[in-house]
Amino acid sequence: MEICLSIIYFVFQSTFMDSQHPSLEALQDIKRIMERSSRFISLSGLSGVGAGICALAGAYVAKGWIDGYRSDRVQTGFHQAAADILRIKLVLLALVVLIFALLLCFYFTWRKASRNSLPVWDHTSKKLLVNIIIPLAAGGLFVIGLLYHNEWRFVAPACLVFYGLALVNASKYTLRDIRYLGLLEIAAGLVNMYYADFGLYFWALGFGVLHIIYGLIMWWKYDKAPGAEQ
Amino acid sequence: MKNPIENLNKVFDSRIRMGVMSILLVNEGVNFNDLKQMLGVTDGNLASHLTNLEENGYIKVHKGFIGRKTNTTYSISKAGEKAFKEHIEALEHMIRIVK
Repeated sequence: MEICLSIIYFVFQSTFMDSQHPSLEALQDIKRIMERSSRFISLSGLSGVGAGICALAGAYVAKGWIDGYRSDRVQTGFHQAAADILRIKLVLLALVVLIFALLLCFYFTWRKASRNSLPVWDHTSKKLLVNIIIPLAAGGLFVIGLLYHNEWRFVAPACLVFYGLALVNASKYTLRDIRYLGLLEIAAGLVNMYYADFGLYFWALGFGVLHIIYGLIMWWKYDKAPGAEQ
Repeated sequence: MKNPIENLNKVFDSRIRMGVMSILLVNEGVNFNDLKQMLGVTDGNLASHLTNLEENGYIKVHKGFIGRKTNTTYSISKAGEKAFKEHIEALEHMIRIVK
């Protein structure tokens, strides 16, 4: 009897609710919940654009300093003190750029999350952060090692490769698309290894241009929903 | 004649229980508050569904402490994983019959 009833129910369902079958609806729900609970989806495309602009501005300032140092060296010869000052200035500049980029990144992500009334700090963002920090911290220590050994030419390639690996790793915990950005960063870093004198240009390409392009694509794809902008 | 819905698990009829299983299948060890937040349900409602799943042996409960506050985390059991995957397969099977 029960079997008969369920078959009748089933036939009824499949005849009259063909467009949105309850099983299909349930499966879609399961998929959506799995996605939402395991990935941080509030990452904003504008974060990428902001970070990219910071990087380009930083690279522009650095280029000015390096060019100034080189023309001085041609005129007055090599001075260890001048070289040391330039190095310290460049490291400080890199830190300032990093801080501004992170602030903008957090701001846009926080804004997107609060607009969609989603939590910023939940277990998905914690997982994302831990998994981005592991390769990134390794890269940071590696770069400090390079500086310690006075090996400046490979700083930009090392930054790019480790950052790319961090993004590839993080793509499991947020929007999948950042995997491709990560692969491009790795490629830029590896090519840079063979053109080590153009580190700043590769750095500007990887952290500036790629971020801006990627950010705009992401913004177009996920954030530009009608009514999202007030 | 084979009953097409006999493989569907009655326990997972409830959307909340289905939601809990979906979350626990892809996340190991989720605490009560995170579950509540993700599913958008009240304390009492979620607690009763979790008890039901626990009684069926589909989830494991770990009672712990963070400082003085209790921190209860839930994870999926072997039996729960098997049962939920069969349920998903049954759903997929039903869709194939309709097509």
